[in-house]
Amino acid sequence: MNTCDIFTVSNLTASIKNQLEGGFRGVYVQGEISNLKVHSSGHIYFSLKDQNAQISAALFRGNRAKLMRLPKDGDHVTLFGDISVYPPRGSYQILVKEVQFVGVGELLLRFHQLKEMLAKRGWFDSVHKKRLPLLPKRIGIVTSPTGAVIQDILNVLKRRFSGFHLILNPVKVQGDGSAEEITKAIQFFNQHNLADVLIVGRGGGSLEDLWAFNEEIVATAIFESRIPIISAVGHETDHTLADLVADIRAPTPSAAAEIAVREKTELLKFLDTAKERSSQYLLRKIRELSERLNMIAKQPCFSVPDTLLIRWMQELDERRNLLEIRMKHLLERKRLALTAFEKQHQGLNPIRQLAQMKQNLSGFQPRLDDSMIRSLRTKRERLQTLASHLKSIDPKNLLKKGYSILFSEKTGSVILSHKDVSVDDKISAMLSDGKVHSQVTHTKSEYE
Amino acid sequence: MEQNTFEKAFARLEEILRVMNDGKASLDESIGLYMEADKLIGSCGKKLSEAEQKIEVLIKNREGSVQMNNSGAPTTTSFDKHDEVPF
Repeated sequence: MNTCDIFTVSNLTASIKNQLEGGFRGVYVQGEISNLKVHSSGHIYFSLKDQNAQISAALFRGNRAKLMRLPKDGDHVTLFGDISVYPPRGSYQILVKEVQFVGVGELLLRFHQLKEMLAKRGWFDSVHKKRLPLLPKRIGIVTSPTGAVIQDILNVLKRRFSGFHLILNPVKVQGDGSAEEITKAIQFFNQHNLADVLIVGRGGGSLEDLWAFNEEIVATAIFESRIPIISAVGHETDHTLADLVADIRAPTPSAAAEIAVREKTELLKFLDTAKERSSQYLLRKIRELSERLNMIAKQPCFSVPDTLLIRWMQELDERRNLLEIRMKHLLERKRLALTAFEKQHQGLNPIRQLAQMKQNLSGFQPRLDDSMIRSLRTKRERLQTLASHLKSIDPKNLLKKGYSILFSEKTGSVILSHKDVSVDDKISAMLSDGKVHSQVTHTKSEYE
Repeated sequence: MEQNTFEKAFARLEEILRVMNDGKASLDESIGLYMEADKLIGSCGKKLSEAEQKIEVLIKNREGSVQMNNSGAPTTTSFDKHDEVPF
């Protein structure tokens, strides 16, 4: 062996590296993935193997991001990349640029064919989209009973409402027979009128995982469903045929639940708002009025309580004065009247009356005496006058002049008429110096 | 409550809020409106939330068909118990 043919390890490795990397640039290699590890750096390392051999593979973060879906152990894939030698380990690997999943090609082809066909039928057109019920009473769910979908939906509904009616039709959402189960479930809800709105879905996954939702029978069942359907399949970037045919497509199961009860949520929110606002308005009104009341109460006529009453109090006082004056007058009058009555009454008192009379009577005596004296005096004077008159007409003086007076002897009385005597009566004639007794011989009237 | 009645109730509620917000209503009217609103909110809210929480799972047989009861209605079990039912 020639010494000049001796390589250092590094030289040899470098030489191999040159030859390998130059000779295997941009190769496709098909195999099954195993021993896949995701490094914290985001790079993915795995082995690609077939029955007899294996090769290391590295999928760096930059290329990984371009993939629609990540490979996993057991996947049959076709890798596209470059062979690279890693000198520190003396190993070679393929640096993966693209990953194609075996079978996906055919699936994708079928998907596009079906999509085109359904589009031609107009199944994706908005005219076929049914309006969701505003207030669904029963929400039907077509999904796996064990997946995250049903839990997400329940979480949303439970968070929103205390009461709702949910009916789950448990189905397989991937693998053999899943499309048939989903189809039957949708039809069952319709046949038995079990729900007002349906949510059909599953979580995200590979195209194969989601494949049931791309099957024509499922799309048909969704299209023919009388009950409006919200689809919630896959993640946001993937659209299945079910999504396209459904009346509404929700990006996630939670969103599907939110959509189903959106109106109800809105209404409840509105009711809450209405309750709050009506209370606020009423309180505002009361506050306004009480402020006005306070303003009014601050007015002087209310702050000094007497103000309102002053006028009346004065008037009352005036009237009271008037009343007192009138009462005094009245009393005075009554008192006077009473005094008068009293006097009258005293006057009527018999004792006083008697005294009065006695007094009156005592007055009479001197007056009587007085008048008697006066009367006596008058009478005496008249008597003297009469006596002198009488003296002047004393019959004895007449008798001296020849007159005589005849007396009946029988009666002794003066005879004034010839009729006073009868024949034979004894009579006596008084003369100035004595009497003459005679007897009547006859009588005669002067004028006979 | 029918949808129609429901919509009327909501329209009336909106109207009440508008009138109350105007602030022109007297106190008596405001109180009356408040009570009416409260009643509407109560009845609508009750109607919206009165549904009893029911989470049912249809029971299927081994062939994957839903089991029907004697009166031809599908049989269900509560979701919490569905794990006990094999399907």
